[in-house]
This record gives sequence, structure tokens and C-alpha cells, in this order.
Amino acid sequence: MGKDLITLRNICKAYDGTTILDDLNLSIYENSFVTLLGPSGCGKTTTLRIIGGFEKPDKGQVIFDGQDITDLAPNKRQLNTVFQKYALFTHMSVAENIAFGLKIKNKSDSYIKDKIRYALKLVNLEGYENRSPESLSGGQQQRIAIARAIVNEPKVLLLDEPLGALDLKMRQDMQYELKRLKEELGITFIYVTHDQEEALTMSDHIVVMNQGYIQQEGSPETIYNEPENAFVADFIGDSNIIRSTMIRDELVEILGAKFACVDKGFGNNKPVDVVIRPEDIELVAPEDGTLTGVVTDLTFKGVHYEMDVETCGRELLVHSTKLSAVGTKVGIKVDPFNIQIMNVPVSEDEEAISETV
Amino acid sequence: MKLFKNKSTAGLLSTPYMAWALIFILVPLGMVFYYGLTNDNGSFTLDNITTIAKPGYLKALVRSLRLAVISTLVCFILAYPLGMILSSMKLSKNTYIVTLFILPMWMNFLLRTLTWMTLLEGKGVINTILEFFHLPTINVINTGAAIVLGMVYNFLPFMILPIYNSLNKIDENVINAARDLGANTLQTFLKITLPLSLPGILSGITMVFIPALTTFAISTMLGGSKILLIGNIIEQEFTQLYDWHLGSGLSIVLMVFIILNMIIETVFDKGGNA
Repeated sequence: MGKDLITLRNICKAYDGTTILDDLNLSIYENSFVTLLGPSGCGKTTTLRIIGGFEKPDKGQVIFDGQDITDLAPNKRQLNTVFQKYALFTHMSVAENIAFGLKIKNKSDSYIKDKIRYALKLVNLEGYENRSPESLSGGQQQRIAIARAIVNEPKVLLLDEPLGALDLKMRQDMQYELKRLKEELGITFIYVTHDQEEALTMSDHIVVMNQGYIQQEGSPETIYNEPENAFVADFIGDSNIIRSTMIRDELVEILGAKFACVDKGFGNNKPVDVVIRPEDIELVAPEDGTLTGVVTDLTFKGVHYEMDVETCGRELLVHSTKLSAVGTKVGIKVDPFNIQIMNVPVSEDEEAISETV
Repeated sequence: MKLFKNKSTAGLLSTPYMAWALIFILVPLGMVFYYGLTNDNGSFTLDNITTIAKPGYLKALVRSLRLAVISTLVCFILAYPLGMILSSMKLSKNTYIVTLFILPMWMNFLLRTLTWMTLLEGKGVINTILEFFHLPTINVINTGAAIVLGMVYNFLPFMILPIYNSLNKIDENVINAARDLGANTLQTFLKITLPLSLPGILSGITMVFIPALTTFAISTMLGGSKILLIGNIIEQEFTQLYDWHLGSGLSIVLMVFIILNMIIETVFDKGGNA
């Protein structure tokens, strides 16, 4: 994918005795769109603030382009941040906001003027130079915050939940806009969010975090299709997580029925967790299914129907474009490729620690 | 959002306030202007106002302005760093310290100023202690310095609170953003923190400058009878010389300075927000 631009080595951080990050290691490649994804309190924002220089790690190193920048002040780092609530300078005009970093660097007036025009064009806000930030909508303010950051030509743009305060429609528009910006600028984006859909839409690489540990990292497809533990499976999209038994390689017993799968190396007759995405469960005639069940609930969701199917004392979530009415007896089939096997965590601690191997 | 559905309810409820404003603000103000612009015969004159140009009065006015400006400056210099320290502290801690600063205000203002008198007197508490240690005694009472001290002591909270409030309102990430864009600590302070706290500074200045300019109690107690401020002169015209016309005339002059201060504040405030 390219060379490492930022490397975090053994980062530890605690506030008032509460551990936020514990021995975190992370590499970020040049020109990638990396998303730190996790629930609130997972340490994703702290990680971003450590990269930005607003927090000092208790232990560990931040390497940027081969140099240790752990103790470098934020104003000396070659990166810029887009903050959660925009953090625009309300006592300045839009143009003055964008020019702030350039004026500090004593750039010429004509250079600054060109840059302002270029940046406003890039974020589709041409002609807004003399407006006051407070007169703009949330989405427009966020674009100004982005423009203010990118005129400084950073190698990395840090984005701390930048779409969190926007409404749904605006959020979706901005997702594509950010993706386009990233392509046009050709720089690295490090994006923090708790929204899995945002992460899947925009990223090249997703880092799923929980309780200060990295749970799994990989491409959006890998994270979605091959979650490595129950936390990742549950956090990214809807899923059915079922405690099952691995009979032998490529054969797993789920809810008493034997299913063919493609995973190997879990041992024979070992307990495992199985993840099946709701859209991967096929409802067929009872006699054709590996398991049989009864539809207990039905909701129309627009693109698909969401159904609860009760089988062997358990409810499975099923997404399908074909309707099966409540009370219908159905057969359940799953393609071997759509059964994802995961190790059963021994303890809660291990669940938190189990990282990509 | 409208609090009252129809106008007559709002009008009815505001009647007591309107009556209050009429009786206790507008009528006295009208009387001040009436007395200030007439003489004993009741005919129109500007003499009461032009009296301010006479040496003794002018001197008192200049002295009042000088001491008020000095007190305001001292208050600002003390309050701003304190406001910055307070706003950078955790909430539980800083409310405690803010309360400490407000606490003296629970005591009567005259009583507190009187205390300074006994502290600063020639044979007062401070000099007694200094003598005990064979240190040179200080002679502050009945000087301009004592008046400034009294004003700073009494009016400091009025400077601290608005400054602290305006600093506290600044989003931490706005400061971080300035740092992020390459500004060092000093540049961040001058270009971001200071302009964003300007409304607090301005209202702090007004809240200290106006009472400092008009005070007569502090100057009476800590300045003795030697240092007359314009406030003392106006008070004397009313309470000792019974010349309501001159007292009102001088009050009008003082009002001009207060309005001037407010105009300057408004202009600055608008400039800061544009």
C-alpha cells in the first residue's frame, strides 16, 4: 500500500488512573484514508489527539516520516486537524479563518489570496470570503474548517468526528465529498468516528478499537466479512453471533445442525463463535433448509424486509428482499463462504486484547 | 419563541417595571437636568455646567479621571491572568476560587473600606506591625494610592467575573486549532484568546471605571478631606452647600464621561465581532 508515514509505538495513556490506551501499536500508510472506529471511550479520539500533539502519551513514541515527534508541539507538526465542532474563529471572516495558518507562516498576500480562492473552490463555497462563520450552516462551517486546514498543505489531515453534528442527509453528502477531497489532495486522512457506515463508505483501512485496544484492522471488506471477534462482528453492522461447535475443519455444528464452512484450524469438537450476517441467511422451503424455524416478526425497511426467525429456542435476524409472513414455517440455509468462525474468548480481558495476528 | 401569547398580557405584566422606571429613573433624571440647567430664579443657564472649567473643579475632575483609569488598569492587570488561570482549571476547583473572590462582596462595602482605614492609618494595624519589627512605617492613608487601593479592592470582582466568563466560553478546540495551524503560545494569545475575550474585558472595564469615576465614599474614607474627587464635590453641593443646581450641573458633566465610555465600548465590541 505504500510506505509508513505515521507509526505509533507502544503508546500508553491514562487519565486520573483510568487507562485509555494500553500499549497501542499502529502504522498508517502514506496516501491512505484510515478510520479509527469504535464506541465512545474506546480511545480513538485520544489516539488522534496524540498524533496531533494535543496530548502527550505517558509512554511510547510517535514516529512521523521517520522522525520521533512525540515531544513536538502541535504548531511544529506537518499535519492539520479538523475538529469535531468546527472550532472556527468566530471573530474573523471566512477568508481570515482560512488565511490564519498562512499568515503565521508569513506567506505573501497574493499567495494567500490565491490559496483562499483555491480552497473555497475545493469545498464548493466560492464567494464566501467575507461571510462570518456564524452566519453559515453546520455543513458549510465544516467545509470552512476543512479549507482552513488544507491550505497549509499538510501531509496528513486529522478529522475528529467531523460529521457528528450534521444531519443525516448532509452527513451522507459530506462522506462522498471527503472521499473526493482525499483523491484530489493526495494526502493521508486519519478519520475518527463511531459511525460504522461512515467508516465503511470512506476508508481504505479501518482500525476497530475498543477499551483502548485495537480489535482488528483491515480493509472495509475484511472487517465486514471476516470479523475476528464478537465485538467487531457486533459493532460493524447487524449480525447473528451463535456459540457453536467446530466438529472438524470445514464443518461446524450450529444450533444442532451441521453446516459446511470454509474455515480450518480451529481443532476438532472445539467451541467457537459463529457470525452470520442477516443478509446471508437464505429462507427456503422447510424441507430444503439445514435448519427449520418460524417467522416471528416482520418489518419493512425499504431496501429489504427484516425478519426474526425462531429456531431451536433462538431468534435469528434475517434480511431478505423476499417476504415471508409472520407464522410461516421456513427452512434456513447459509452458503459455506458466509459462515465466519471466530475463537471463543476465554475471558473478557482476552476479548479486549485479541488483536490481528 | 414567544413567552406571552398576546401583547396585552405582556403589557400588563410589565406595568410595575414601567412605573418603577418612570418614578425612580426618568423623574430623577429629569430633575437632574432641570436643576442642572436652571439657576435659583428658575431661568435657563449653562453656568452650572461651565463651572467645571473653574480651576478647583477641573482639578477634581482630572484627578477623578486619573485615579479611575489607574484603578481600572490595575484591576485589569490583576484580573486577566487570574481569569486565564481559573478558566484553565477544573470546574470543581475554579467555582471554589471564584466564590472566594465574591465572598467579600457579601459584607457591606462601607464596612470593608472602613477596615482599610484602620489598617492603613498612621498608627494603624500595618504600621504597628512594621514598628514591632523595626521596619520603616508606610504613609499611605490620605493619598491617591490609598484611594486606588480601596477602589481596586472593592471593584476587582466586577473585573474578574466578566473576564473569567468570556474566557471560560472559549472552546478549548479553538485554541487547539490555532496551535494546529502553526501559531505559537504568544500568537495564539494575541490573535485568538485576547480578541475572543474582548467583550468580557470591555464590560469589566465599564463595571470598574464608572463606579471608580463617581465614587465619593472611598475617597472620603481613604483620602481624608485632602483629596477631593468630583464625586465628593457633587456630594458636598447637595448635602452641605445645598446648591442643587451646581450639583446637578456637575452630575451632567460626569454623565457625559460615562456615556463616552459606553460609546467607546460599543464601538470596540462591534469591531471585535465583525
